[in-house]
Amino acid sequence: MESTLHVRVWRGAKQGRYVDYDVPRSASQTVLDVVTYIQRRLEPSLAYRFACRVGMCGSCAMTVNGVPRWTCRTHVEKVAQDGTLTIGPLAHLPVIRDLVTDMREFFDKWTRARGTFAGRATRHDDFVRVAPATPARVAADAGIECIGCGVCYAACDVVAWRPAFLGPAALNRAWTLVNDVRDDGQKERLRAVAGDAGCHACHTQGSCAERCPKRIAPTAGIAGLKRLAARAAMRGDL
Amino acid sequence: MTGAAVQAKLWYWQRISAMALAVCVVVHLALIVLAARGGLTAADILGRTRGNVGFAVFYAAFVIACTVHVPIGLRTIAQEWLGWRERASSVAALLVAASILVLGLRAVYAVVAT
Repeated sequence: MESTLHVRVWRGAKQGRYVDYDVPRSASQTVLDVVTYIQRRLEPSLAYRFACRVGMCGSCAMTVNGVPRWTCRTHVEKVAQDGTLTIGPLAHLPVIRDLVTDMREFFDKWTRARGTFAGRATRHDDFVRVAPATPARVAADAGIECIGCGVCYAACDVVAWRPAFLGPAALNRAWTLVNDVRDDGQKERLRAVAGDAGCHACHTQGSCAERCPKRIAPTAGIAGLKRLAARAAMRGDL
Repeated sequence: MTGAAVQAKLWYWQRISAMALAVCVVVHLALIVLAARGGLTAADILGRTRGNVGFAVFYAAFVIACTVHVPIGLRTIAQEWLGWRERASSVAALLVAASILVLGLRAVYAVVAT
């Protein structure tokens, strides 16, 4: 292991440039460790975002050597090329400053995809019993661990081509709710996620599934939404 | 009908037409290989196709599947790569569909009619 890592970090907003820093290497060093070192020792004005440092909060995603990644769980030794790291903000989102992006559009799209649970039970009703092995529960489980980091959104080409496209994370969220037997907003949700701004715009390239740090496959959920929405449209229910 | 419903139906029909095209292309390629064995002059080919109802039905179905499938894909490409609006891309897709249908069926008629 070389003693020094050469790091290029994006400084600025939409307009800006990469600035070079040298950071000492250490064992099990993560990309977030590197950014934190730069901010604390070399460049106090560097803006970046993190919270949990253990892969739960989804706030530290950045573009590392051209690939969107969660930086707190990405080891430098796995991604450095020739002792160099190039770190920038996530793609497809407006840059506020340096490595911090404006995530509003990303989460607004969750709302647009009806990503909120619409329950019908009251406090007087008993708990709904959902057997873990039912197909719907299994399908929901496959997508439920999303941490909202935005990596899939930054990896998706369709988001670049169609700015209105809801994106993999919002559609994955919708898919988990479509498979929630307690939810009462299915028709409105299907209407919200269908069409050229929704699931039917997906080209099934699978970049989201390839890059998701939680190993979720939004592409699979989107395919499920396509089938359900197309079936509803052919029945005249959409 | 909502825009989303139209787009969902377009996706459905493109998928169905893709299934038809998968069969049509395989049969078509096999036919080319077989046809090459029996002579490739215009007279040889027309001798096999003229009055051949099976040939006419198969290639008419092929043309119809293309008429459905191709314009839907081109509409998407126009929107995503050329930045065309929905209306412009849909009108262009309809014109392409009409062209494929007319030219395709005319070609089928030309080799089948006696």
